[in-house]
This record gives sequence, C-alpha cells and structure tokens, in this order.
Amino acid sequence: MKPQAFDYARPDSAEEAVSMLAQAGDDARILAGGQSLMAVLNLRLAQPSVLIDISRVPDLNYVRTEGRHLAIGAAATQGSVEWRSSLKQEVPLLAQAFPHISHFQIRNRGTVCGSVAHADPSAELPLALLALEGEVVLRSGRGRRVVAAADFFQGMLMTARAQDELVEEVRYPLAQANVRYAFDEFSGRHGDFAVCAVAAVVKPDGIRLAVGGVSDRPVVRSWSRLDGADLDAAINDFAWELGAKDDHHASAKFRRQLVRHLGRAAIDKAI
Amino acid sequence: MKTYRKDDVVRIQLVLNGQQRSGTCESRTLLSDFLRHELGATGTHVGCEHGVCGACTVNIDGVAGRSCMTLAVQAEGCEVDTVEGLNKDVEGLSDLQQAFRRNHALQCGFCTAGILMSCTDYLQRNPDPTEHEVREMLSGHLCRCTGYTNIVKAVLETAAERLGRPHGAALAPDTAGHAGTGPLEQARLVTA
Repeated sequence: MKPQAFDYARPDSAEEAVSMLAQAGDDARILAGGQSLMAVLNLRLAQPSVLIDISRVPDLNYVRTEGRHLAIGAAATQGSVEWRSSLKQEVPLLAQAFPHISHFQIRNRGTVCGSVAHADPSAELPLALLALEGEVVLRSGRGRRVVAAADFFQGMLMTARAQDELVEEVRYPLAQANVRYAFDEFSGRHGDFAVCAVAAVVKPDGIRLAVGGVSDRPVVRSWSRLDGADLDAAINDFAWELGAKDDHHASAKFRRQLVRHLGRAAIDKAI
Repeated sequence: MKTYRKDDVVRIQLVLNGQQRSGTCESRTLLSDFLRHELGATGTHVGCEHGVCGACTVNIDGVAGRSCMTLAVQAEGCEVDTVEGLNKDVEGLSDLQQAFRRNHALQCGFCTAGILMSCTDYLQRNPDPTEHEVREMLSGHLCRCTGYTNIVKAVLETAAERLGRPHGAALAPDTAGHAGTGPLEQARLVTA
C-alpha cells in the first residue's frame, strides 16, 4: 500500500527541526532512516499530517567518542556505527548485537536513535542501551534533558519523550577493563524480530542481564556475583517476573525457557 | 528548510545511473514508484512495500537500501543506482551479472534486480566475504525459485574473480553461526 498524504519538511539544522516539531503539534512525526516509520505509513497503521525529515541534518549526523560514551546523533545510520572499525573495542556489546538487527539493507538506512525512539520491545539497540546503562538526550525548544535508558523505555512503543522533543543523541558507555559482554537472541529466521534477546554485562563484582522480546519493554536485573545453581535460580525468578505471554510467535513457557538458557549461556560466554 | 505541502506536485531532480533526470511527484510518493512510473526505470521491482522482500533495493549515494521505504523527495539530488546501470561501464553484462547467469542464480528474476544492487554495495565494502557473511547479507532478500545456493555461489565466484583467485575454490566449508548444539537448540529440545 501507499502512505496517506502528508506535508513534508526537510530542516537544515537540529534547531530548525525542533522548532518545526513544536509548531506542527501532536500529529507530526520525525522521519530519520524510515525503516520502521515508512513501513508503518505504507501499511497505513499511522497517518501523520507532517513528516519532519532529519536524515540530512549535518549537525545530527555524527558518531564519536565523548568522555566515557560513544555518542550517536539522530541522523547517524546503524550501518555507520556497525562498520566503524573501532566499534569492537569501543562498545563490544553493540558489535555483537548488530548482526542480529534486521538485515544489511535495513541497517544501511535505519538510524540508531530511530530504533531507540521507536522502542519496539524486541529491538536490539534499546536492549543494549539498557544493559549498558546508557543515556538518551532529548531536545526541544525548551532545552535539552538527559534521560537514563532505565527511565526512557516505558512500555510497548512508549517512551519518556514528550511530543515536542527530538531524540537528539544516544550515548552507549564505552567498554571498561575487567568487564565482559555478550549478546544473543532467538528468532524464527535470521533478521526477524527477536522472540527473546539477551544482553549480559559481567563485572568483577556483579552481573547485569537484560532481556528483550518477552515483556512490553526491555528489562534488566543486576545481581552481585552469583554462580552455579544460585545464578540459575536467580535467572529463573527473572524469567517468571517478565510476565511472558503466549502469542503466535512463541508460548510463554518457551519464552521463559529461552530466558533461562540464553541468559545463562550469555553470562557464561561473556567476553 | 525545504517544505512540500501534501497536495503539491513537485519536480525533483536526481542522478539515475549517472544521468541527470527529473520528474514530478507528491511528498508521499515512494522512490520505487517514482523510478518506475515517472522515470520509466522498471528494472527495480516492487514486492511487499514494507521492507521485507528486498526486491526494490537500489543504491542511494552508493549505499544499498529499500526504495519502497524511501520517499522520492528524500532522494532529491542524490545519486541513485539501479540494475539498469550495472553494465554502464562494460560491454554486455557486468562480472556479477555474468556470474549469476553462469551459476543459474536466477529463475523468474523478480528478486534479482534487488539482490544485484545489494551485492554491488556489499562486495565493495567486503571484497572477500565468507559464505556465512554472504548468506547474512542475502537474508534481506526473498527468492522463491533458487533456494539461494546458486546465488551464494555466484556472489562468492564474483569475489574470487575480482581478487584473481581461481573459480571453484569459492565454496569453502563455513559453519560459523550454524552450531547445532547451542543453547537455542537445547531450549527447543527441553520445551518440545
């Protein structure tokens, strides 16, 4: 199908984009890579009256290390992060997650900030952001605010972003010495939405395990260093707390089993 | 700032396969439809229109992407390459196209235009891919005729040729990512 008609604006700067967003009101959508939004428009699941295309805004197109973060601007594509030669050293968890994200052709145009703003509960980039305790920078005419990933994701496709705010940047914390990372997921076919995805961060004094695709948002648990049967028991509790539901992709029981097995395996193989 | 109202009919310009072209569209016109209906470049095929099948893949400023999930106005001023331009610098078919023909890597041909464009971008970035990497790249395309084996062969053969390696050595065993005893399989067994 084809999208319903809309007004189209292509601002030249982030400032123009946020002032346009404030003017356009509740019915405006930001268009960046379009790899979620255009599908939704083509299927007419959404019919916004205004699209604000930020894909060519030069001051939003950057990927750089800043302090202890890898900062990714709203117009930077997933491909531009994935093909960064230093990514494995900078954010190893992201380097492990990228091959699971949809397909090469989608990552070429899709943006990192767009995936975070879309907040699909099975998406890999929000999951990695939560596991690493990353941050989201929101910008509007009122100024900027920085929101922790744990506070940003609020439910199925729901975030802490207000209607007049642009997800201007996401910040993935850089790898730390003595910390090990692992990402894995299960989906029906390669590139499909995850039935269950896990991200493990193993520190000398504790473990963080984040799970996507099971609850209505990515969820994380932290434990002080556990192993053996104690760790299995903790992951089992976590699996039950996620409130898995049956749907046409998988049963709740299968999802809990995936959390237990993928979760434990990720912790064990974290590198 | 550039703005187009929803009922405007606008003229946009882009470079299609090296040639400056222009045509009219609305803000909501998809690039795939603009190429086919306005510019007459029907080599690019349209399948699912939500990014799953890969038939409409074109290269925008050298980067492979879905033309059904790109607005025509987003490609304004860009260099768009489609299957029609693959052999613009050679007599006959390009090396990639010849490899597809040699290996019977297409049957009905509906998916082929998109696959060729993906391969064109991918082989430039990764000139010596493993079979697993080629299959990962091809996962963004649906082909219902070939079963993919011959497509994989054609892509690996093209890479080998460009690197000056003999044919036939291309399909080396590569099992990365296909382990059969990982936690997933175990989980499946337990819940079965």
